[in-house]
Amino acid sequence: MKPCFFIPALLFYTGVFAKTIHVGANQLYKNITSAVADAAAGDTLLVDAGHYREKNLIIKKSIVLRGLNYPVLDGENKYEIISVMANGVIIDGFRVVHSGISSLEDLSGIKIYDCKNVIVKNNLLEDTFFGIYSQNSTNCTIENNGLTATSKEEQQSGNGIHCWKSDSLRILGNKITGHRDGIYFEFVKNSIIWRNTSTKNIRYGLHFMFSNDDMYVSNVFSNNGSGVSVMFSNRIKMFSNYFEENWGDASHGILLKEISDGYMQGNYFARNTSAIYMEGANRIFMAYNTFANNGWALKIQASCMDVVLEHNNFTGNTFDVGTNGSLVQNTFNHNYWDKYEGYDLNKDKIGDVPYRPVSMYSMIVEKYPPAMILFRSFITSLLDKTEKILPSLTPENLKDNAPLMKKAF
Amino acid sequence: MTDILRNRIVLVYTLFLLAASLSVFSLEDNSSKGLLSLLNIILIVVPLVSIIFSTIYVYNSAEFIELLVSQPLKRKTIWLSLFTGLSASLLVAFFIGAGIPVLIYQATMIGFTMIAVGSLLSIIFVAIAMLATVKTRDKAKGIGAAIMLWLYFSLLFDGLVLFLLFQFADYPMEKPMIAISALNPIDLSRILILLQLDVSAMMGYTGAVFKDFFGTYTGIGFSFATLILWIALPVWYSTRKFNTKDL
Repeated sequence: MKPCFFIPALLFYTGVFAKTIHVGANQLYKNITSAVADAAAGDTLLVDAGHYREKNLIIKKSIVLRGLNYPVLDGENKYEIISVMANGVIIDGFRVVHSGISSLEDLSGIKIYDCKNVIVKNNLLEDTFFGIYSQNSTNCTIENNGLTATSKEEQQSGNGIHCWKSDSLRILGNKITGHRDGIYFEFVKNSIIWRNTSTKNIRYGLHFMFSNDDMYVSNVFSNNGSGVSVMFSNRIKMFSNYFEENWGDASHGILLKEISDGYMQGNYFARNTSAIYMEGANRIFMAYNTFANNGWALKIQASCMDVVLEHNNFTGNTFDVGTNGSLVQNTFNHNYWDKYEGYDLNKDKIGDVPYRPVSMYSMIVEKYPPAMILFRSFITSLLDKTEKILPSLTPENLKDNAPLMKKAF
Repeated sequence: MTDILRNRIVLVYTLFLLAASLSVFSLEDNSSKGLLSLLNIILIVVPLVSIIFSTIYVYNSAEFIELLVSQPLKRKTIWLSLFTGLSASLLVAFFIGAGIPVLIYQATMIGFTMIAVGSLLSIIFVAIAMLATVKTRDKAKGIGAAIMLWLYFSLLFDGLVLFLLFQFADYPMEKPMIAISALNPIDLSRILILLQLDVSAMMGYTGAVFKDFFGTYTGIGFSFATLILWIALPVWYSTRKFNTKDL
């Protein structure tokens, strides 16, 4: 029973000693900088609605900074707006606008320097260079923020949520649009990205580099310049994400480059030029994903090994699988392909003849892209049919030995 | 025209189209796949039936035409009304056979494009057939020429294009391909539909070049103008030939 007694006591303790400081045009403190200077660790600053030009607001105490009705913090296109340099800071409910632009210093809307347990939530960031930046931080939460940038060029634009050399982050429910990369991870471990929406960013919706043991779940990535890119990382788990409408030759629903031991399940890929592009990916397990109406559902280069695809649905894609060589060290099993034309004599819902998802014409288009203009003509279907009977150009071993007759789920 | 409509072959053609399009739409669980099967029918069967039927019909009514020519009628009027009658009846057949099922199951932009393209192809191949008949007097030769023309437009031409493409693989072939495609009405029709059907795959670089051209209003205008030119030129030329022909 003892712990139960202690918890209310602890709450009472902080209630007595932590102050609440009001900031606003009609309050004692007219600006936030002076209030922060007078605050002690554990205090709460309540900031009234208004327009604040604080230059660079540096927070070196563990305080709670709470905006009432979204007070505006203006960086006047010159400064980094909020710099967090203390553990346990909470920043909640601000409208952070117009940060400076600098390619030397990575000026951000809100930047967390070498801290632990910082929470940044319910903020609106508009026209910032980098949005929320976590540098060498641990166990921080970035939640329900809205980030909007308007730059047109990559050089003039930073990343929405940029995390570098961090550990155990939680990126939850943010909406990011118009930045260079929506969410950027470099050397970030043990983190989760959950329920974010990253759309219309200039480069990638999500960009992973050298980040191991992370997981992203139920995010939406659509209409980004080049989709999502996951590179040089190990043990990434990807569940129930939406990858939609990433259009262009160099654009992919998701690009997997030098990825090992990944796990993809329940993701939904629709209307991408190529839904998944894999290069040097090893030991990836993909199950229960849906590929619908993509140009290429899967572009799997010959450098991939031990990729396993099971129980995925492939429907309405122009080409199911494209590849660049004849070496195949990957396994396809029990997938549903809507182009499968085989039969099922013993009625076990598994087709009796293997399905070859690489069509002859996809190999031709890979080599001679203008040949796309002849697609679906009589002669190309004739070529495809002859190739199906006698495979010569397409890799012999790339086939699904047990294709499903009905959708996998 | 009612005479042609009552023709057994046109009736069978209508019924065949109707059966084929209804079955592809009801057999497949997603109607876009049905649309794909229908695309093949439109690109292959419609030109074939149009060209062969028109050729045979014109040869069969040679005596009737001779009779008409002896009447106080302009030759131009006779020839053009023959063309109108043939194309109108085949249009009606196509519309009942394929147009109505498409409108029922897939009343989208793709469906409408398909109907427009199919109708134009019907008329184009009537025009080409009439050109073939006016050029040759011999019935067997004329029908042979018609079949060869169909084979050329639906198969040989694409083979040639593919061959050209492989030969000139090192050059940027996107723009010339657009010009070449205008030389074949079937190709042009196919591309118009392809751009809507396989929009994701067409968004790659090469596809984007095509899309930038054919996807814009000028591109669509150009394509339809070219298709109409494919009707107008053979009709004009065959009328001129028929005017001076010794029957």
